[in-house]
Amino acid sequence: MTTMDTQQAIEQLASRKYKEGWVTDIESESLPPGLNEDVVRAISGKKNEPAWLTEWRLKAYRHWTTMTQPTWPFLPYGYGPIDYQGVSYYSAPKQDKDQLKSLDEVDPKLLETYAKLGIPLEEQKMLAGVAVDAVFDSVSVATTFKGKLAELGIVFCSFSEAVQSHPELIQKYLGSVVPYSDNFFATLNSAVFSDGSFVYVPKGVRCPMELSTYFRINAANTGQFERTLIVADEGAYVSYLEGCTAPMRDENQLHAAVVELVALKDSRIKYSTIQNWYPGDENGRGGIYNFVTKRAACRGEDSHVSWTQVETGSAITWKYPSVILQGDRSVGEFYSVALTNNMQQADTGTKMIHIGKNTKSTIISKGISAGRGHNTYRGEVKVLRKADNARNYTQCDSMLIGDKCGAHTFPYIDVKNPTAHVEHEATTSKIGEDQLFYCKQRGINEEDAVSLIVNGFCKQVFSELPMEFAVEANKLLSVSLEGSVG
Amino acid sequence: MITGTAGQQVKKVRLVPTFSSRDTLMAAQAPQWFYAMRHAAAQRYNQLGLPTSRHEDWRFTNIASIRETAFELPTSVDSGLVAAKQVESVGILGLDGPRLVFVNGRFDSNLSSLGTMPKGVEVLSLAQAFTSRQALLEKHLGTLAGVQDQAFTALNTALADDGVVVFVSKGCSAVQPIYILNITVADKPLMTNSRNLIVVEANAAATVIEDYASPREDVYLTNAVTEVVVGDNADVTHYLIERESHKAFNVSSLYVRQGRDSRFTSHSILFGGAIVRNNIYPVLDGQGCDSLLNGLYVIGGDQIADSHMRVEHTKPHCDSRQFYKGIMTDRASGVFRGRIVVRQDAQKTDAKQSNENLLLSDDASANTDPQLEIYADDVKCTHGATIGQIDEDQVFFLRSRGIPKQTAQALIVYAFASESLERMEVEPVRGFLRSQLLDRLPAGAVLKRLL
Repeated sequence: MTTMDTQQAIEQLASRKYKEGWVTDIESESLPPGLNEDVVRAISGKKNEPAWLTEWRLKAYRHWTTMTQPTWPFLPYGYGPIDYQGVSYYSAPKQDKDQLKSLDEVDPKLLETYAKLGIPLEEQKMLAGVAVDAVFDSVSVATTFKGKLAELGIVFCSFSEAVQSHPELIQKYLGSVVPYSDNFFATLNSAVFSDGSFVYVPKGVRCPMELSTYFRINAANTGQFERTLIVADEGAYVSYLEGCTAPMRDENQLHAAVVELVALKDSRIKYSTIQNWYPGDENGRGGIYNFVTKRAACRGEDSHVSWTQVETGSAITWKYPSVILQGDRSVGEFYSVALTNNMQQADTGTKMIHIGKNTKSTIISKGISAGRGHNTYRGEVKVLRKADNARNYTQCDSMLIGDKCGAHTFPYIDVKNPTAHVEHEATTSKIGEDQLFYCKQRGINEEDAVSLIVNGFCKQVFSELPMEFAVEANKLLSVSLEGSVG
Repeated sequence: MITGTAGQQVKKVRLVPTFSSRDTLMAAQAPQWFYAMRHAAAQRYNQLGLPTSRHEDWRFTNIASIRETAFELPTSVDSGLVAAKQVESVGILGLDGPRLVFVNGRFDSNLSSLGTMPKGVEVLSLAQAFTSRQALLEKHLGTLAGVQDQAFTALNTALADDGVVVFVSKGCSAVQPIYILNITVADKPLMTNSRNLIVVEANAAATVIEDYASPREDVYLTNAVTEVVVGDNADVTHYLIERESHKAFNVSSLYVRQGRDSRFTSHSILFGGAIVRNNIYPVLDGQGCDSLLNGLYVIGGDQIADSHMRVEHTKPHCDSRQFYKGIMTDRASGVFRGRIVVRQDAQKTDAKQSNENLLLSDDASANTDPQLEIYADDVKCTHGATIGQIDEDQVFFLRSRGIPKQTAQALIVYAFASESLERMEVEPVRGFLRSQLLDRLPAGAVLKRLL
């Protein structure tokens, strides 16, 4: 490719529109901006929550006021100050107070929104076996396939619904993996979380379909603070997917979610994320601050949790899906593809905490930096004293496309048991000239060749995604990379 | 020669941020700019204070015991402290080059033997250099070792009063390794601040060996800073041998700037000390540089050995290699943090980093953070880290050939460590360290007979 072509390609990229950047014009009901105890109470009140939960939120809020926003992530462009009093902590599409009985009662504009995003909410139209919970701004608007799941005893509903219908489960598990005092953003979330998904898979049940939540931020000046809790009881299996988009806006919007996974004995949870929040424009204006706390606890023996994430959106991604390997022989896995283009910044990775004996963890991280993006892998592997025969294998590879981007790797390995076996490998390179040459020589044009090579680079991770998502991830990656090659 | 400080009252330096500048120790011949520099460093130190484990760079190394000890600064040279015979028994023998002996941080001319230097090579103490080589010092001293965020370097700059200056002019070679033996004997906790400057001009070569040893089990802190300026196409090798008392603390910081096509090699062997921090910060500041950082830490008891590296590539076509190995037993803790920084201009960089650790006991621990920070796209950078124990298959292999279990284990550990020693080119040092290594291994005596 000549310099001229490259120039054009880059311009093309710059003019490329974020596909999901439109706004739905829908009447919504928001709390006025600002955060204080009354706001926390108001949110709790709107959701008709039991007293203990209101108290829990207030405890978190009070703790939050004593905390300061952390500054340790590796963000060469920094991040703008966040005005926590300028954000509205609750926004919901207006609808009748009564509980919706069927999808027919959902505002057609909302259904249209999700149809536009390609998220089929109407059960009859469902071909693929995916049950969807759609979260619009602060509230869950629809959950599909509920009835079918209920037959098996699986609970899959919005968080606020679960608070009403299964308070004992919520009380038992909420905050048990990510305590309310965990970190600045998790604490904020604990105080003001609005909705999210709740999944409970009972003993010995294998969830027959993929469960999926689709998050959308629509309203301006709002933050999205959802909370997801998944509990897999003994011997259960569940695969859960999550996708996200937001409209294009000039200001940065905060997304501070908390995800807690609890895996009991012999259970298995597979959690996949495709994160495509609005990344901001080519000058780094706007975009979502994606500051999420995700953590799983492998409580029981032989439990198994795997995180798979494809991170292509957000102005800043700052999250570390982690696994606490408490049960003997439990397994934690982390597969990640993170792509930063334009002025995007990502500081992401995982933590694997080995506590039980014979625990195993695998980390595969693929970072791709293009444009002026900065991509950081930060991970911790900790083997505590009692974790005999713990095993970890970490591989993080970075690929650089262009000479203005950065790729950084900061792994922390902390071993206190001599029988542990920990390996870490990392490489950083650019797309191989010879690989490109090979493709071009066989008549594949440069852009397709790059896409091919990048897909090959990410294959290890994509193969972990459920089928429907793998296709989407592939497409997303090639769109995000378009024209960034030179 | 440092003189004129005898009789001065002994001041205790408690390493707390309230510590104030002490300009008095340096002999009167030190120039104004030097006072200004140390004054600024003292001020910076007062702002920084000693790091705690809350500092990201000190997360795994708790230096509370350093912070809580009231160290004194050495006052005068007492040539009776260490006898010549002791030097022979402590030092590494068989080196033919110049030998500089420092007792409690002060140059001892009676114990040292400089011999005749090859053409274009000067080796002198820092105090001497202030009289004869002022321009050189003014040009280089403190230019590499920034005090901005390193409290120990700031402290050294504020307090340094002796050290070694090595100067090799264009195209000359020091031929023989320059051996600097630092011995400390302290009845009360003592702190020494040696400051070394090594300037090797274009096409020149030198090897410098810094050896820290204690004849007794004393409590003291060695806080040494060495700056190395490597000229274009020059060749410099630096050894750090830490084999001090298990009650001693050592913070050694090595700052290096490499010119075009130069080669720099650093060997760090950490055997002794209660807490040892080994900082190495090379900047590959010309095209086509080669940098090799080789290290080995073998520790037991409650020892902590912390190696902290930052290799910065600023120009294209440079290669850097970091090979660090650790063996921990008892309750020892080995820490490795190495960062490779590749600046935007440093295309075609080839950087490798590896840290391998063997844990030999239940309570030993290893922390390793190999890091990459990369801003250029046409580079090859890799890092790898492993932590494990002795491979049972290898033990089985040896035992099936009639080697007893203990010997087999020792042999495997020795093989693991000796890879680091093999990279050293100065044979007397390598031989000495091999024997020291065997002394530290269980069943090492048996191995000694075998090898």
